[in-house]
Amino acid sequence: MENRIYLDHAATTPVDPRVLQKMLPYFTEKFGNPNSQHAFGRETVTAVDDARDTVAALIGAKPSEIYFTSGGTEADNWALRGAAHAFASRGKHLIVSAVEHPAMIATAKELQKEGFSVTFAEVDEYGAVDMAKLERAIRPDTTFVGVMTANNEVGTIQPVREIAALCKSRGVAFFTDAVQAAGALPLNVGDMGADMLSFSGHKFYGPKGVGVLYVRSGLRIGRIITGGHQERSMRGGTTNVAGVVGLAEALRLACAEQAQSAAYVSALRDRFIARVLKEIPYIKLNGHPQNRLPANANFSFRYVEGESLLFSLDLNGIAVSSGSACSSGSLEPSHVLLAMGLPEGLAHGSVRFTFGKDNTMAEVDRTVDVLKETVVKLRALSPLFPKELKNEVFPQEA
Amino acid sequence: MYTQKVMEAFQNPKNVGEIEDYDGMGMIGSEACGDIMQVFIKVENGVITDAKFKTFGCAAAIATSSTATEMIKGMTVDEALAVTNKKVIDVLGGLPPQKIHCSVLAEQAIKAAIEDYKSRAANA
Repeated sequence: MENRIYLDHAATTPVDPRVLQKMLPYFTEKFGNPNSQHAFGRETVTAVDDARDTVAALIGAKPSEIYFTSGGTEADNWALRGAAHAFASRGKHLIVSAVEHPAMIATAKELQKEGFSVTFAEVDEYGAVDMAKLERAIRPDTTFVGVMTANNEVGTIQPVREIAALCKSRGVAFFTDAVQAAGALPLNVGDMGADMLSFSGHKFYGPKGVGVLYVRSGLRIGRIITGGHQERSMRGGTTNVAGVVGLAEALRLACAEQAQSAAYVSALRDRFIARVLKEIPYIKLNGHPQNRLPANANFSFRYVEGESLLFSLDLNGIAVSSGSACSSGSLEPSHVLLAMGLPEGLAHGSVRFTFGKDNTMAEVDRTVDVLKETVVKLRALSPLFPKELKNEVFPQEA
Repeated sequence: MYTQKVMEAFQNPKNVGEIEDYDGMGMIGSEACGDIMQVFIKVENGVITDAKFKTFGCAAAIATSSTATEMIKGMTVDEALAVTNKKVIDVLGGLPPQKIHCSVLAEQAIKAAIEDYKSRAANA
C-alpha cells in the first residue's frame, strides 16, 4: 500500500542506513569467528571489542561490565534467573513490578515453580511503582528487585533512582529493563544506580537479534547459556558480530541525537494526544500524562475493541498495536492496564501509538482523521454504545 | 493472519444494526472477555426473514457476525440452529487457531435469539 504510516516504533524500528553501512562488511568480507585464532578471526575481535567499548562509554559502564546477548528477552531472562540462582543461598524472594515485560513476568512465574517466592510489585493508576508498597515488600530474604526504566505499553517512566537507592540501602540487587528507554532517554548506569540493566538494538534503529546485559563489576550472577568461552565465559554462542557492531553504532547515533530526536517525536506525540483528546469523546489516555516516553501515546476508546480498531487502521495503511486480548493471542487483556486498575472493557479497547524520527505532522493529522472515522464506525457496530449518547466526533480546531 | 474474505466481511459488514420489532433477540459474551454479540431476528411462518447484529469484538468476531447473520436469512429456525461456527468459518475461508473461539460467539448468539423467539411464540 502507498503512503503507509508506521506508528509502532515501540515494537521495532527500521535499521538506520548509517548503521547498516557499518554492519555490512561483517556479513561478507569480515565474516570470521572472533573465537578463531587466525587473521580472519582477529579482525572481528577488534570489531567486537570496539563495539563493547562504545556501548560501555555511552552508558557510563566499563567494557568488562557489558555482555552481548540475543536481545532484550534473553538479557531479562539472564538477569532474573542468573541473580535468583546465584543469590539463592542468601534468600529465595524476588520482586518484579506488575507491569514488567513478559520476558520478566513469565520468567518470574517459572522461578515460582522452581521454589522461589515472587512478589509482583503494585503500581499506581499511571503504571508507576508504588514506592511505599515496594519498600514494604522487601523482606530479609529478598535478593532481587526488577523494575523497568519505562513501560513498553503506556510509556510511564519509573522512579528508577529512588528504587535503586532503596535497594542499595537494603542490600538487594536492582535490575532495570531499559529496552524502551534506551535511545529515548539519557541512560547512565551510575546515575541510575542500577546493578544490572538490559536493552535491545532494534528499538533504536539498530538490528534485531542483539541486545546487552550490563552487570556491575563485583556482582556475580549465574549463567543461563552454557557453551564456549564467549563473553568472558558467561554466555556461550558465537558472537553476532554484525549485530553488535550495528547495536553499538545505533546506540552511538541515538545518544548523539537523543535530545533532538526526543524533542521531535514528543512534538508529534503531543499534537496527536491534543487532537485526540479534543476531537474524540469517551476515551482515556493511559499512562502518566507527562512523565512518559517521548514517543508514546496510549488510549482506550470506550465501547470499541482494540484489535478491531488496529485492523481498521491497518486497512488504511496505519500500523499501531493494541493491548486487547485478541491482539495478544491470549484471552486476557494487557496485564499492564489491568495492574493500573483499568476496567477490563477499557483494557480491551486500548491502542498504542509510538512515533519515530521518520514520522511527520501530516502523518499525525491523517492518523487522527482516520481514527475519528474508524471509532465512529466501530461504535455504530457496538452493542455497548449507549443509545442516549451521540455517536459523534468533533472537528479539528482551526 | 486473516483471509481476504474475513477482512472483507470485517471492513464491510452486512446486517449491522437492530430490528425494532424483533421476534427474537440474543446477546452473548461480556465486556470483560472482550467480545459481545447481539443478534435480532424477524421470523415469519418459521422462516427467518431478517437478521441484524451488533458486535463489540475483534475483526474475527465482527466478520463471523456478518457472515452468520447473512447465512441464516431465509432459513427456517431449525435450519438456523444447525449453523455451527465451523460452517461460518468455512464460508470465511478459515480463521487463525487462536480466533476460533471468537466465532463461537455468533453461533451462540443466534441460538439465544432463536430460543428467545421460541419462548415468545410459546407464551403468545
